[in-house]
Amino acid sequence: MKKLLDRVEAVVDDMLDGLAWSFPDYLRRIPQTRVMTRARPKDLGKVGIVSGGGSGHEPAHSGYVGFGMLDAAVAGEVFTSPTPDQILEGIRVADRGAGVLLIIKNYTGDVMNFEIAKDMASAEGILTEAVIVNDDVAVEDSLFTTGRRGIAGTILVHKIAGALAEDGCDLTTVSRGANTAIQNLRSMGFALAPCTPPAAGQPSFTLAENEMEMGIGIHGEPGTRRQPVQPARDLADYVLSRIVEDLQLKAGDSVACLINGMGATPLMELAILAKDVSMWLQNANIPCNFALMGEYMTSLEMAGASVTLLRLRDDLERWLKAPCDTPAMRQGVMHER
Amino acid sequence: MNAEQFMRWWICFGQEVHAHLDDLNELDRAIGDGDHGTNMDRGLSKVRELWSLPKTPVENLLELSKTTGMTLLSTVGGASGALWGSAMVQASQKLPVQGTCTTETQIAWLDAIVASMENRGKARIGDKTMIDVLRVGVDILIKGDPPSFSERLNTVASSAREWSEATRSLIAKRGRAAYLGERSQGHVDPGSFSAALWWECLNRAMGE
Repeated sequence: MKKLLDRVEAVVDDMLDGLAWSFPDYLRRIPQTRVMTRARPKDLGKVGIVSGGGSGHEPAHSGYVGFGMLDAAVAGEVFTSPTPDQILEGIRVADRGAGVLLIIKNYTGDVMNFEIAKDMASAEGILTEAVIVNDDVAVEDSLFTTGRRGIAGTILVHKIAGALAEDGCDLTTVSRGANTAIQNLRSMGFALAPCTPPAAGQPSFTLAENEMEMGIGIHGEPGTRRQPVQPARDLADYVLSRIVEDLQLKAGDSVACLINGMGATPLMELAILAKDVSMWLQNANIPCNFALMGEYMTSLEMAGASVTLLRLRDDLERWLKAPCDTPAMRQGVMHER
Repeated sequence: MNAEQFMRWWICFGQEVHAHLDDLNELDRAIGDGDHGTNMDRGLSKVRELWSLPKTPVENLLELSKTTGMTLLSTVGGASGALWGSAMVQASQKLPVQGTCTTETQIAWLDAIVASMENRGKARIGDKTMIDVLRVGVDILIKGDPPSFSERLNTVASSAREWSEATRSLIAKRGRAAYLGERSQGHVDPGSFSAALWWECLNRAMGE
């Protein structure tokens, strides 16, 4: 294992300190916790937004703490859900008197730990709601299983919920908006090379020179099937076909699109994938009104990408395009930090 | 069960998980993300520290169970932390604050631990999880055949690794391995293996 680090058991703490130092206008680490919160708290009377999960997905989630997105991000160990006591700290700091929305990625550990924290917060009298993101079409959805995973599309839910909260909507409205986004959100990812969690010291799976994994999650776990490497346009065709079929998108439906790098994919290759995605959507007569391309939800140094589509229902486009100012995502008007 | 046995049991569990750290990670690497051993070891080393030099009055079984649970809840993370931690906290209410507990109470408490996990994790026998080892074991203890508790516990402890091994042929329905579908077949569930170590240590602690 070749990694830039000091102590393998302290990677998360060291990273959080480094992030807080690098973005002092945006981020503050609550001492003795793994909670990153806004350097300049949101106005009183607005709904707080909290997310989090295992580390290793940077810039998720602390990169999205700031105006128009999150109020607190809770970091767990690498690829491991944070613990309820830490999530509770995040809820407490995010509560500005109008309640808190938790945005949870659908992984067994995340859901359980956030639910325990939600119960603890409710017991303290903090109004708390939760939404669960499950955008990954690679996994079959069924009542008898854990259901679909939450992956890169989560960023778009942060954006939409954050904009609604910043606009002064109440908790029910923010939560409903987030759920509308989730219902219209689908993603799928693939890996060209695995990643190595620091504590494990070895890759989570191995691939031959000509092999790739289709349908990966974001924790370095293997995908749903192994296949020979294909040209970017064939990969775009495969994942978009799956997503469009699942969403039952029709010609004329407009979408937002996120082309997300998994950590070790050159931006040049992501841009090539973006070109293929744009041509595919154009041929299918599905207009894309909002696009993001870059590293938004990574999996350490995994090589690969995911594609996310969000069908633009109701006011989703307006909330996506609303201003935000965070370390990892900035758009629209400048505001005082 | 007395407080001394409780502490010996959990110290043993921590030592066994530590000794099998690489095995547990390796099992998890095949069908998860390779950190089951690391996560359990992080929490259980705290528990070992606590019960090697106990600060809590040592005769209070309720407090022992609750503190063990709170410690796991705040240190393990992931699904294992939530399941083991909240189960030990919830089930602690079945235990007395003073003195030893009867075999009946101990069985009811063990049943409550597993029921809490089933409830939170929504897993049943056959889903390729820790429940495949825990529920089968508790049911043998509840059924009362053979009549001697220590004989039943012996059976559970000596069969636990076989039950864990039997998860190999199953397709995972819960937990992260469930995302692999049929590709989860052919691998032992790591949570079922650590659960087997837990039974073995209980048997050892009760026999001393």
